[in-house]
Amino acid sequence: MADNHNILILFAHPRFERSRANAQLVRHIPRSERITFHDLYERYPDFNVNLAHEKHLLTRHDIIVWHHPFYWYGAPPLLKQWIDISLEFGWAYGPGGTALTDKIFFNAITSGGPRQAYTREGHHQFTVQEFLTPFRRTATLCHARYWPPFAVHGTHRIDEAGLLEHARQYRRLLERLLDGDFDPDKVQEYMYLNDWLTQTQQ
Amino acid sequence: MAGDFLSQALIYLAAAVVCVPAAKKLGMSSVLGYLLAGMLIGPYLLGLIGREGQDVMHFAEFGVVMMLFLIGLELEPAQFWKMRRAIIGLGTFQAALTAGLLFGLGMVFGLAWTTALAIALALTMSSTAIVLQSLKEKGQTQTAAGQASFAVLLFQDILVIPVLAILPLLAPAAVAGVEPAHHNLLEGLPAWLKTLAVFGSVVAIIVAGRYLIVPLLRIVAKTRLRELFTASALLVVIAVTWLMEQVGLSPALGAFLSGVVLANSEYRHELESDLVPFKGLLLGLFFLGVGASINFKLILEHPALTFGLVTGIMFLKALVLYFGGRSFRIISDQNLLFALGLSQVGEFAFVLFSFSRQLNITDFATTDLLMAVTALSMTLSPVLLLINEKYIDPHFGIRQVTTEQSPDHIEEKHPVILAGFGHFGSTIGRLLRANGIEVTILDFDTDRVELLRKMGFNVYYGDATRLDLLKSAGADEAKMLIAAIDSPETNYELIRTAQKHFPHLRIMARARNRFDAYELIDLGLENIYRETLYTAVHLAVDVLENLGFRAYTATRQGQNFIQYDEAALRKLAVQRHDVKQYILSVREQIEHQEELLQADLQQNLSESDHSWDGEYLRETLGKNPA
Repeated sequence: MADNHNILILFAHPRFERSRANAQLVRHIPRSERITFHDLYERYPDFNVNLAHEKHLLTRHDIIVWHHPFYWYGAPPLLKQWIDISLEFGWAYGPGGTALTDKIFFNAITSGGPRQAYTREGHHQFTVQEFLTPFRRTATLCHARYWPPFAVHGTHRIDEAGLLEHARQYRRLLERLLDGDFDPDKVQEYMYLNDWLTQTQQ
Repeated sequence: MAGDFLSQALIYLAAAVVCVPAAKKLGMSSVLGYLLAGMLIGPYLLGLIGREGQDVMHFAEFGVVMMLFLIGLELEPAQFWKMRRAIIGLGTFQAALTAGLLFGLGMVFGLAWTTALAIALALTMSSTAIVLQSLKEKGQTQTAAGQASFAVLLFQDILVIPVLAILPLLAPAAVAGVEPAHHNLLEGLPAWLKTLAVFGSVVAIIVAGRYLIVPLLRIVAKTRLRELFTASALLVVIAVTWLMEQVGLSPALGAFLSGVVLANSEYRHELESDLVPFKGLLLGLFFLGVGASINFKLILEHPALTFGLVTGIMFLKALVLYFGGRSFRIISDQNLLFALGLSQVGEFAFVLFSFSRQLNITDFATTDLLMAVTALSMTLSPVLLLINEKYIDPHFGIRQVTTEQSPDHIEEKHPVILAGFGHFGSTIGRLLRANGIEVTILDFDTDRVELLRKMGFNVYYGDATRLDLLKSAGADEAKMLIAAIDSPETNYELIRTAQKHFPHLRIMARARNRFDAYELIDLGLENIYRETLYTAVHLAVDVLENLGFRAYTATRQGQNFIQYDEAALRKLAVQRHDVKQYILSVREQIEHQEELLQADLQQNLSESDHSWDGEYLRETLGKNPA
């Protein structure tokens, strides 16, 4: 895929001012006319999501990133609110609901615990991909593609250098998506987009 | 002398303190209370004060002077310009027609034309003191009747200037030898010179106001002594009064003029707040004086003549005003209020009568009789308004309900009654209507009622505290009552009535501020909405955001603050009855609030929110490595 893509980053963090990891990640988002950074908690502090505006944004972008900290095996409440309101019946899904067909959705998450904790044998007993099942099904119900997550694990212990490494990777990911430098079928074979990036690095 | 002064003060103040609240309790304006008190202590009833009532009256005229100074102060040229049509149109109509008719009648009754003209002009004046005071007390200054009344009164106040200037020209030529009652600088001067002096002093006041008083006030203000500023404010008014008396002019007019001149100065509001208490007291004294000076002996000697004159003059004035109001499209019941309100003869008549007597235009007997008529009409005026308010006006309002609405509309009863449709109530009504909830509205501004009816609202006109109005608005079947009236006192009254007669109603009450809310808590209300809380918090939240706070954090801080503040309000409401404890606990609350704010600052939100706080988790985990 070589055509140009537009990326919508739906960022949901209720305490962004106290998040070191997400500050780095957000800082590394490339400046581009084709990337829209949508700070949900800043825009809707009263949770009153504007349906018309969200539909307009979704129409204008084809890659949608749910960027959020991984809280209690899911997203902060405003992102759920956004999904409930924006993915309208008869528009995003259901009869005549084709507005999101073939768009790409994925989660970009930060988690306190390390990657090993999210395995069958690990502390949390399930993989991140398993925990993200509701998002997967939400996307596919809307006839969209759902990709593996981009994740920064272990933010409780990570040092500045490690964090910076992840942030640069996030930038690289967004740049490649912008340029259409990916094979959609290949991408879906990986556990994490992080792995896809490192293994397909030129 | 001091003892005499004290006993006099004792009588006056006691009479006022007893009679005015009694009058208010009976639903009358304070003006009527003062007048009755005056009659009571006057020489013809209890006789507690004798002839010196006249002197007191002279002293108390100073209250009128101050009132006019304050009216002048409040009158910005811009506002004046906005009302120009009403002032000039309605004012000219009233003055010309009333004076013309009275002059004609005077001629018919065989008076000399100069006498007839002087009397007609004096009787044309209505009482600014009575009317404005009543309008303000009843909260009607902003209604159509209030605005029209103000316009006409203002025109009359201005008219007094040329009238005072013209009167000397009407004086009989032989007057020069007769010694006048007042000694002033103009004595013995030819008439044209007196006229010139009148205009000269008007110009002098305007010039002095701009180039002498304002710089003086600037110097005084720099001393930052509040009482010195009050002293200067009094000095300005007294100086103008003295000057005017020296040239034999009405001090009230001088004061009005200097007020207008100072209205544009930066000291307008300071002057106003400094003089208002003096004005109130002295006006009260003035009304006491009017009451006391009513010559009951004269009235008893010529009862038919006196009462005939009073009713005739008031009827004629009201009639002219009514037609004036109609041609200026004031709707019927507002117009009635306007016409009856201004039908009395005003305090300027006293001034004009005594001036005419000095100039020998009128003789002593006539002047005495006319002064009695004036005082009597001033006394009758609040009574007339009371009759209108209690018996005529409600009748009008209810009749309008039945005639103007389609029958099915009247039968319709809504579950929500909204009392008061001002800026606050209208927002509630609009929001409810936007959600398909129709409400029954109670309001006592007839203009607004007209408009709302046109918009299809179910509106009942009248005093919402009246039981029969609440009944006809369907309070028996309604579920909720929204008490959103501007005046807290009226709101309390409404709530008390509703609690007593319609205990099933859920009452949602508007509170103007914290203290108002305390009163509502004492009434046992649960749903209290302080207009000063939510808006202020909203603003503060926006300030936080503009300072770089995250919107969500700022919003939650605002919500937390509202919760905290409402809890504190309830706590304080219980404690405030013990004054000492109240003061103490206010301090405690402030300290508590300070602690709370400090705590918020350190950890931003309360403890339960740490799960969202990445840094907090890092720090905690860093201290206890796994």
